[in-house]
Amino acid sequence: MEPYRLTLKQAREFVGKDLSKRDQLLDALVRRVNDVDPRVNAYVHFDPKHISSQKQAELKGPLAGIPISIKDNMVIKGWETTCASNILKGFIPPYDATVIRKLRDAGAVIFGKCNMDEFAFGSSCETSAFGPTRNPWNLDCVSGGSSGGSAACVASDTAIAALGSDTGGSIRQPASLCGVVGLKPTYGRVSRYGLIAFGSSLDQIGPLTKTVEDSAILLNVIAGHDERDSTSAEIPVPDYTAFLGKNVKGLKIGIPKEYFVKGLDSEVEKAVRAAIKVFQDLGASIAEVSLPHMKYSVAVYYIVAVAEASSNLGRYDGVQYGLRCEKNNLVEMYFETRDQGFGAEAKRRILLGTFVLSAGYYDAYYVKGLKARTLIKQDFDRVFEKVDLIIGPVSPTPAFKIGEKLDDPLSMYLSDIYTIAANLAGVPAMSVPCGFSLTGLPIGLQLTAKPFEEGTIFRVASAYEATMKWNERKPEL
Amino acid sequence: MESKINIDQVAKLARLSLKPEEKGKLSKDLENILAYVDLLQELDTSKVEPTSHVLPIENVFRKDKVIESGVRNFVLDHAPKRDGKFFKVPKVIEGL
Repeated sequence: MEPYRLTLKQAREFVGKDLSKRDQLLDALVRRVNDVDPRVNAYVHFDPKHISSQKQAELKGPLAGIPISIKDNMVIKGWETTCASNILKGFIPPYDATVIRKLRDAGAVIFGKCNMDEFAFGSSCETSAFGPTRNPWNLDCVSGGSSGGSAACVASDTAIAALGSDTGGSIRQPASLCGVVGLKPTYGRVSRYGLIAFGSSLDQIGPLTKTVEDSAILLNVIAGHDERDSTSAEIPVPDYTAFLGKNVKGLKIGIPKEYFVKGLDSEVEKAVRAAIKVFQDLGASIAEVSLPHMKYSVAVYYIVAVAEASSNLGRYDGVQYGLRCEKNNLVEMYFETRDQGFGAEAKRRILLGTFVLSAGYYDAYYVKGLKARTLIKQDFDRVFEKVDLIIGPVSPTPAFKIGEKLDDPLSMYLSDIYTIAANLAGVPAMSVPCGFSLTGLPIGLQLTAKPFEEGTIFRVASAYEATMKWNERKPEL
Repeated sequence: MESKINIDQVAKLARLSLKPEEKGKLSKDLENILAYVDLLQELDTSKVEPTSHVLPIENVFRKDKVIESGVRNFVLDHAPKRDGKFFKVPKVIEGL
């Protein structure tokens, strides 16, 4: 097998302590990127020079010599970081994000920076200033978003594993559309220090990988409290790989009745229902549950997330870094820099966020949204008194065509209808492959657990993966 | 809820100098999104506390300590315009 096809676990065994094997792996991946990525466009900043400069003379740590790709919204010292936006072009961060430091401490090689929707605003990777990432299973289709590059590079074997970020589904939805494993950890599980902020109360970094086991290995490395992120939780990190390879007998799985409604594609529904049957056969007990406020989650999100985004994006003004459009006075410079630097979706969200926070509308929209968020969170609290895990779809449809939804923001927003609630409630959720459409596009299954119980997700997802082996199918590129 | 968006006013608050050709589409998009968001009005939230943050964390303190960051030059290196150790911007105060 070509080394670029290896899972993270296999790559670790392949490299061992052998520097020449490490180089063989890195060279094979670079060749694979050059061969495949011109068609997929998963990478925005890729430079083999950056890779060779990280070649340590000694291999140590749990990820020794293993290349990991990074979404372009996590800062890497000395390496251009743009959030796929014109306004940050040329920004060279002076420090490493905490996740990058942890990866380096574990011996990993930072391999490349992945494409994304501009500032993570989107569900298709089409709002990127670098052009869309294409779906490796069908190049006319979107990769999903916003972590589309991270999902597509893992699916197309131009990465061993990648990190993405998830504010309303941005890890899980592209993972589902590209047929890889994507985990959004519990809010507070992974430090956000050095993650360029979108919605600070919702954002969370997580792994996109070829297998469930790889996801556990990577979460082991990046999870934990960080004094540089006061919202990171001081809760011990278990060894997530200890949850793998266990059976699911006696586990209680809830199926929200609100999930199977109009708008859910029949092939997705069929694949999810077949997965439920698999869990039954594996000895789990299945119960219908209710999340009565789920239907409000998209509306809440497009108040709360845009409010936070408009505030977070206030800092891009052309003064200290990135794009500047020179004008005769300071205020005109701000206005012109922001107009030219931000793309259409970023402007939409900044304007909407500014509006819902403005005098006269703050209570009617923003506070109302926060109160509805409480109701959504209480739904989960109640359901998790009865079950250990919730399963359902990730995306209402398989990957859609590039351009199909770009002019209709609302229809694009609704593609996150199954994923947003987990961010609003702060609970962990994973997308794991559960089949293919008739046209050969991947379908993902979502597993949602109680806060800080990622272990339950790993246990259940690994039992499912071992039974179904969907991960063995690869796109032809 | 009546919410005819005044796009010029919101753009001013957001510090965006929208081009005339951008305004029509953006304001239509915003109206559509707000119409959808009005779905929330059917919820009775009179007895519900708002959730701005899911973790029960308040006022996280740590010891204040002086450390060397060593990034001053690095930070200024990518300034769009600098003057020695300062960021340079256009004139702020008129009439000087």
